[in-house]
Amino acid sequence: MTSPDQIFVSAKEWLVALFPAALQPMVGALVSIAAIVAVYPAIFALTTVVERKLLARFQNRPGPNRVGIPFTKIRLAGFGQFAADGIKSLTKEDIVPRDADRVVHFAAPIVLVVPALLALSVLPVGRNMAALDLRETGLLFFFAIGASTELSVFMAGWSSRNKYSLLGAMRGIAQMLAYEIPLILSSIPVVMIAGSLSLVSIAERQSAVQWGVFHSWHVFTPWGLAGFLLFLVAACAESNRTPFDLPEAESELVAGYFTEYSGFKFALFFLGEYLGLFAVAGVATTLFLGGWNAPFTFLDWIPSWMWFFGKLGSLVLFSVWLRATLPRLRVDQLMDVAWKYLLPMSLANLVVAGLWHFTAAWPAALRWPLSLALLAAPHLLLGRGFQKRFGPRVYRYAADPRPAPANPAA
Amino acid sequence: MDLILALLAGATVGAAVAAMALRDVVHCVLFLTVSLIGLALLYLKLGAEFVGFVQVLVYVGAVAVLVVFAVLLTRGGDAPTERIANAPWSGALVAAAVFAMLARAILGSPSLGSPSPETPVPTLSVKAIGEGLTGGYVLPLQIVALLLTAAMIGGVVIAMREKEGE
Repeated sequence: MTSPDQIFVSAKEWLVALFPAALQPMVGALVSIAAIVAVYPAIFALTTVVERKLLARFQNRPGPNRVGIPFTKIRLAGFGQFAADGIKSLTKEDIVPRDADRVVHFAAPIVLVVPALLALSVLPVGRNMAALDLRETGLLFFFAIGASTELSVFMAGWSSRNKYSLLGAMRGIAQMLAYEIPLILSSIPVVMIAGSLSLVSIAERQSAVQWGVFHSWHVFTPWGLAGFLLFLVAACAESNRTPFDLPEAESELVAGYFTEYSGFKFALFFLGEYLGLFAVAGVATTLFLGGWNAPFTFLDWIPSWMWFFGKLGSLVLFSVWLRATLPRLRVDQLMDVAWKYLLPMSLANLVVAGLWHFTAAWPAALRWPLSLALLAAPHLLLGRGFQKRFGPRVYRYAADPRPAPANPAA
Repeated sequence: MDLILALLAGATVGAAVAAMALRDVVHCVLFLTVSLIGLALLYLKLGAEFVGFVQVLVYVGAVAVLVVFAVLLTRGGDAPTERIANAPWSGALVAAAVFAMLARAILGSPSLGSPSPETPVPTLSVKAIGEGLTGGYVLPLQIVALLLTAAMIGGVVIAMREKEGE
């Protein structure tokens, strides 16, 4: 009898042992791949319904609550909606614009979804549960794979030959380029302190017990807290979530870069975006929120994979909450936040992480205030700078080219 | 010859040829990206994980994206049809010079002289690369950083001029 913590690990071992030894590595890989391909799209299906229901609640309306099991009276509170959506998008006509670049138009959703699934493979979802443990380069692999999203956005926007698509692609690439830098820089302190690029060992490292009851999550340190908040903002922008959803702002650009996609390709874009969201949420969990570790030692009896997916789900729900709460940014404000706030703050956080590393022997009463002061000072200064910009609003109009009419009273 | 190596090399070279031969700039950029990914896969096949992923991060994530961004800013959505290179032989000259230099360096490499299968494959950890960059090779790193800073300041200056004109 295995513990519920290791139930999936032993299930995989049992399944692999059924095959001859020569095939075992390949079968093991196939089982891991099947698990990733099954689990995350299932979470995606669930998230679409939960998000719609939550947004509806935020806006004081019922949301989807009808679709249940067909030919019965069972409603499932609307949780059959994702199946209906899936069947709808599968059976819809696939329209490609006449002028579109057909090959690039076809390849764009694939270039989005395949790397998103690859990026999910390095996440340690539980104790001994990482599909791919790159001891030397785990985090680097994640960021390298994530870079292809921008290319997909460009391919979709450019190949459609549609001005809204192109505008959406331009916004998308500018935004992702700008926010990728704070995203990577805010995760570097974790690598510095942990001394490893492997997500598995970063998660394992956080199971060290502090003060008898706590697991030492990175978020419970000054650099970890600041890094987590910076990472969260940058991750929101990287996954094109409101308030950073300018590339697909439906009130301005129809649907942005995937305006000209219909049917299942549209669904693939949708899937790719959510897989990207799950990937950054999973990395945020692993880097800062202790990975699969419980917060307290007396909660260790709950299986590790439940902790991981619980934290991932909480982060996804938080992004839904943000979407319902915050209005969309303007393009110049978006760039200001990335280059003038997030970038300097993540550099300051690097300094704080270095300080934390070299002052390990100091008492906490000295280390904490010093680190927090080093973070608060640039935050306040940068905030002041922003406030100056947000002074009384100046309206600028185009100059009237016509000569002023002669005043008859003069 | 190794089948995977042959496939990767063929795809890399084929994509590079396509990147040179096609008329549409965007298609050229996309094939260039395929060629760069092929190179990254070759690095991975040689066991250089770090170099392979950095190749993807820098060349696909930054260089290719910057090129397409420039295309978007300057050309818009219309499909261009004119040929880009007006003096292809000059490119061939540069390529031949680079090839000759690389070939000379590789042929002169001491590890090529005695290809004995007994010598262990050198494993280079990320830590060793980091120590090398901040230790022995710190001066070249700083020079590259200075070059990039100069390029960035140049870009800012060009952008500032335009603003003054309005």
